[in-house]
Amino acid sequence: MTSRTLFEKVWDAHVVLAETADTPAVIYVDLHLVHEVTSPQAFSELRERGLPLRRPDRMLATLDHSTPTLPTNADGSRPYANAEAQAQVAQLEANCREFGVELHGWDSADRGIVHVIGPELGATQPGMTIVCGDSHTSTHGAFGALAFGIGTTEVGHVMATQCLLQRRPKTMAIHVDGQLPPGVGAKDLILHIIGTIGVDGGTGYVLEYRGAAIEALSMDERMTVCNMSIEAGARAGLIAPDETTFAWLKDRPRVPQGAAWDAAVTRWRALRSDDGARYDREVRIDAGAVKPTVTYGTHPGMAIAMDAPVPAATNAQERRALDYMQSTPGQPMQGTPVDVVFVGSCTNSRLSDLREAARVLHGRRIAQGVRMLVVPGSEAVRRDAEREGLHHVFTAAGAEWRVPGCSMCIAMNGDLAQPGQLVVSTSNRNFEGRQGKGARTVLASPATAAASAIAGRIADPREYLVEVAA
Amino acid sequence: MNPITRLHSRTAVLADENIDTDRIIPARFLTTTTREGLGQLCFHDWRYQADGSDNPAFPLNRPEARGCSILVAGRNFGCGSSREHAPWALLDYGIQAVLCSEIADIFRGNALKNGLLAIVIDELEHRWLLKHPGIELAIDVREQYIALPDGGRIPFRLEPFARHCLLNGVDQLGYLLQQGEAIHRYEQQEQAA
Ligand code: SF4
Repeated sequence: MTSRTLFEKVWDAHVVLAETADTPAVIYVDLHLVHEVTSPQAFSELRERGLPLRRPDRMLATLDHSTPTLPTNADGSRPYANAEAQAQVAQLEANCREFGVELHGWDSADRGIVHVIGPELGATQPGMTIVCGDSHTSTHGAFGALAFGIGTTEVGHVMATQCLLQRRPKTMAIHVDGQLPPGVGAKDLILHIIGTIGVDGGTGYVLEYRGAAIEALSMDERMTVCNMSIEAGARAGLIAPDETTFAWLKDRPRVPQGAAWDAAVTRWRALRSDDGARYDREVRIDAGAVKPTVTYGTHPGMAIAMDAPVPAATNAQERRALDYMQSTPGQPMQGTPVDVVFVGSCTNSRLSDLREAARVLHGRRIAQGVRMLVVPGSEAVRRDAEREGLHHVFTAAGAEWRVPGCSMCIAMNGDLAQPGQLVVSTSNRNFEGRQGKGARTVLASPATAAASAIAGRIADPREYLVEVAA
Repeated sequence: MNPITRLHSRTAVLADENIDTDRIIPARFLTTTTREGLGQLCFHDWRYQADGSDNPAFPLNRPEARGCSILVAGRNFGCGSSREHAPWALLDYGIQAVLCSEIADIFRGNALKNGLLAIVIDELEHRWLLKHPGIELAIDVREQYIALPDGGRIPFRLEPFARHCLLNGVDQLGYLLQQGEAIHRYEQQEQAA
């Protein structure tokens, strides 16, 4: 048999009808994740056409995007940003009841950001096809699942048929050789990769991250890397499952148990690219050269080491981006005054991210005038963090400890920055206005975010970590 | 969906590269639960000034851009969020085609499913169109070319199935539903494995 890439193995196993010149392939979907923002119109469409859900057992819904992250009011009501947000949540609750979809809503101990809870529950498994009406579905690729974001029309397709019409994408291997230096993490790495291949460098491709530096990453870190594949234009990012993956998944609620677990692991071990498998494109990245990395413009491809000079604009659009950000060519981003710091989002809201921020913040206070929000990715993360006392570290430092949700990543729940404010954010998008109209976003790792909160300026976390070690 | 075979219009140009879907429709408007009425929110934060009046610096606010239904946009249009609200908003705003040398994957798929012609053209011709706003174009979906006023033609290629659906007003869900037998077979094999 010919050598195949990991992508090809997962793809081939899900072809219901093969692609022809005239028609795309029909691909079976194993897991369909749902949230309140991109599903209402799809449910309405099904209702109008009198169609049932084909496999409600393969769906999992949660509330995350428009939900408040402040605790309930004294009267038990929720502090929604506006009536529409509240109505949207109520609509998903009603839709899930009507169509029989498992919803991890307000009363669930597992509610959280859709891409955080899928893996936590063990719903995300190697070799699966996973979709969600959300572009950061690529996160689940960290487990060797082919996972990508879809539009609302396609959400309806999957609801009604459990299938999608897809042309086979091209494949790109991103070999990350060597070892990340101390104090440099997965977020720095993925920003560095996007800065290298460009914001559209992955368009039309599925990325496979591989190499020694990738194998050395924890599952949380692998999720951070795969999460941002879409920021290079790629619909999906993959990492071959290995012992790290299996150990992380074992005994999670939705994974097979006992003999079925052993059989699954045997199957999953075959999910790696064969020697000699061919990719359409290959890129090499030297992990040893990665430094704490931040963005300086208005898309995630405008990323550089924080101590490197901001490049001069080469066209009108880059000039506009630098103007918007008030970034100065020739000057490094390090040292830029900060107004708001956000630790959260499906990129960096898991326990290890919070630990990373807490390590820097421990025993310190954030700078006067800086507002810092720490928003755990899920109720489970919140519980674990509180058990370790991380919330005390944050609140003692002067940060706000919030209820799980997307929060300032997308700023549609009332958590937002004011026009002109500079936000150091662990999220994934620095588009104009993403964190509030006129707000300026600098993407960074949790450690950099925490260091910047303390300094009141964009700061290198290694300076703080060294002190702790000493 | 109504069949689409031809589209005539003058062009409007948004030359910026990497126009993301947050710019096409900001996230704070995504609390809607319908597809309708998003045109007034299209490009909201770019299009209006703080006091709600039209921003004269937004290219589509210029008198000559009014009524244009073909948008020539800078490279990598529609990147970022998968929100289908972006093509819904563009269509409701009056844009029926986007011409670009590169269009983000998810946006392109979403657009075509809604009858918004997301068409990739060669870089050279793209550059030329970016520099010449307001020219009259005719897009022929069946023959896959764009006719220029001087008789010249810009060829393009749509994914054949998307083109078939556009030309015949075929609804893709209808097509998928017809594959029920194959889907059932797949599910049975999967269960047996
Ligand atoms: S945290 Fe941000 S990127 Fe992730 S699902 Fe929520 S809005 Fe999307």
